[in-house]
Amino acid sequence: MVMGTVTTARKTRWALLDIVIVVYALIPVLWIASLSFKTKDTLADGNFIPREWTLQNYADIFATNEFIRPLINSIGIATIATVIAVGLGMMAAYAIARLDFPGKRALVGVSLLIAMFPQISLVTPLFNIERELGLFDTWPGLILPYITFALPLGIYVLSAFFREIPWELEKAAKMDGATPAQAFRRVIAPLAAPGVFTTAILVFIFCWNDFLFAISLTSTEAARTVPAALSFFTGTSQFEDPTGTIAAAAVVITIPIVLFVLFFQRRIVAGLTSGAVKG
Amino acid sequence: MAEIVLDKVTKTYPDGARAVSEMDIEIADGEFVILVGPSGCGKSTALNMIAGLEDISSGELRIDGARANEKAPKDRDIAMVFQSYALYPHMSVRENMAFPLRLAKVDDATVRAKVDEAAEILDLTQHLDRRPSNLSGGQRQRVAMGRAIVRSPKAFLMDEPLSNLDAKLRGQMRTSVAKLQKQLGTTTVYVTHDQTEAMTLGDRVVVLRGGVVQQIGSPQFLYEQPANLFVAGFIGSPSMNFVAATLEDGALKSPLGTITLTDRIRRLAEEANAPREVVLGIRPEHFEDAALLEEEHKARGASFSAAVDVLESMGSEKFAYFTVEGELARTAELQELAADAGATDVPGTGSTIVARLSASSGARVGQDLQVWFDADKLQLFDPSSGKNLTYAG
Repeated sequence: MVMGTVTTARKTRWALLDIVIVVYALIPVLWIASLSFKTKDTLADGNFIPREWTLQNYADIFATNEFIRPLINSIGIATIATVIAVGLGMMAAYAIARLDFPGKRALVGVSLLIAMFPQISLVTPLFNIERELGLFDTWPGLILPYITFALPLGIYVLSAFFREIPWELEKAAKMDGATPAQAFRRVIAPLAAPGVFTTAILVFIFCWNDFLFAISLTSTEAARTVPAALSFFTGTSQFEDPTGTIAAAAVVITIPIVLFVLFFQRRIVAGLTSGAVKG
Repeated sequence: MAEIVLDKVTKTYPDGARAVSEMDIEIADGEFVILVGPSGCGKSTALNMIAGLEDISSGELRIDGARANEKAPKDRDIAMVFQSYALYPHMSVRENMAFPLRLAKVDDATVRAKVDEAAEILDLTQHLDRRPSNLSGGQRQRVAMGRAIVRSPKAFLMDEPLSNLDAKLRGQMRTSVAKLQKQLGTTTVYVTHDQTEAMTLGDRVVVLRGGVVQQIGSPQFLYEQPANLFVAGFIGSPSMNFVAATLEDGALKSPLGTITLTDRIRRLAEEANAPREVVLGIRPEHFEDAALLEEEHKARGASFSAAVDVLESMGSEKFAYFTVEGELARTAELQELAADAGATDVPGTGSTIVARLSASSGARVGQDLQVWFDADKLQLFDPSSGKNLTYAG
């Protein structure tokens, strides 16, 4: 009985703590969701729960190309950049974790440098370079810088995961008759999967949320992504405030991220490698 | 099945360190050979070179008469059991064991039959659908063995496969490894640092030190005729006792008293040009409590009297520890052995002698005991080279 009460008390304490943190983290999100459901007249009434509910804001954003086209750009650009960055990152991280090659320290150092470099200082040169090369306002014009800045992150996360995999598994695969490629594909890659998914999520979120490059390196809806497009939203007349539609668009672009994380979270099973070796 | 020949195989690392020097071993088809030595003696490097996981710097490795130096591990048709087992954690036991066959593109029915057969031999049938993480240490070890035997390779390489098991299980597995090897008749190279495993498992044992082969022979031969101090100290448990002694006019002056050499030993020592200063080695089992022996038996050896420091009764026998006056035999070999056993920090003056006595011995701690030893079982070593002066080869 004593044990039972202790557990209940513990549970309650933890539950309270969890609620406080979740509320703290989610209030801005709930606020913007609340704004998106308010009518134009009640928008500024300061109520957390809308007094008049409406879906008009959602209907409005999907009625124009102003939102749908950037949404397609966002999905396309972020997905392509993620696939390429994770693919390259896997190879680089595997080499860093497993091989001893000349210039390894330099490579790691440079990639760290890129990750720390203030992106704003690169915007002007990138703008000029891309205009010269004809990449300005195109998908590759955004995909390339995204890959550059996502790779260091990817290499870091992935090499940590690769280092965790016992090297003997690769030796065992070779002894079992595998070529190096087969050993990587059938033994190492499946074990690194949690790391690959984690990296994919992080890289995708980085690309999806980027505003700086998106606003600087695009000029039309040909490549403008949603975060940039939001800043161009206007009301139906110049006297109208687009707050409601911006809020609705913000909610909509959060949904893919949530889905993405929920989908891959099930695959991020920690401790997958346990049982490989005695330890 | 295959014969494996190492012909002056050497491994030199880029920094100049030599892990293995000119190793010459001929392993016959179906033979069970043990590579044994303290940590860092190059035994695992040698095994990895046979496997193809490490390059051979010079010399030649021949499998079935064909040079194999440049062959990739997958083309050597050799299976390996790792110390850590190296099971694939994302595959079930069945998939783990089937993996080599799948890579070899064997058809499904044959894979199933071979895995089932191996599982039967290793008593794993009821665990086939489990993941390695849900198995005990002994079961994981058996899966690792299973993965090696399913594809009937030319040879097995085993890298300390039992060292992660607890003592009791290790004993059981040792027996089953020996049985399995005899049953399959596959050439096996087995690496261990445990001299008990080396003695009990192998047809032949290769003792290594610092990358150099010290002696190759059957376990019994190594025990009776160690080529040098290192082998003498490494083989046998508890290990051989060593004390410094002086040869004078056919007699041996030692902390155990002056011993008259038997004709056999005197002849061997003379043939070997024994120096004056030697190291005397006696195995613990060649001592006995003098009170338990008949007079005529006693005449074949010599006795000394010393106080018993520690007495360990094992039930079937007793181990008595004495301290005798006189210098401890100190040579590079013995220090390396002591370092490997972690015994360098044990303080003490004089030499400690371990004697195995009959269980019926009346020895008591702190009391003097008359101890007899067999004078014909003595071994004499050259302190500078470590060579066995009584080696009859």
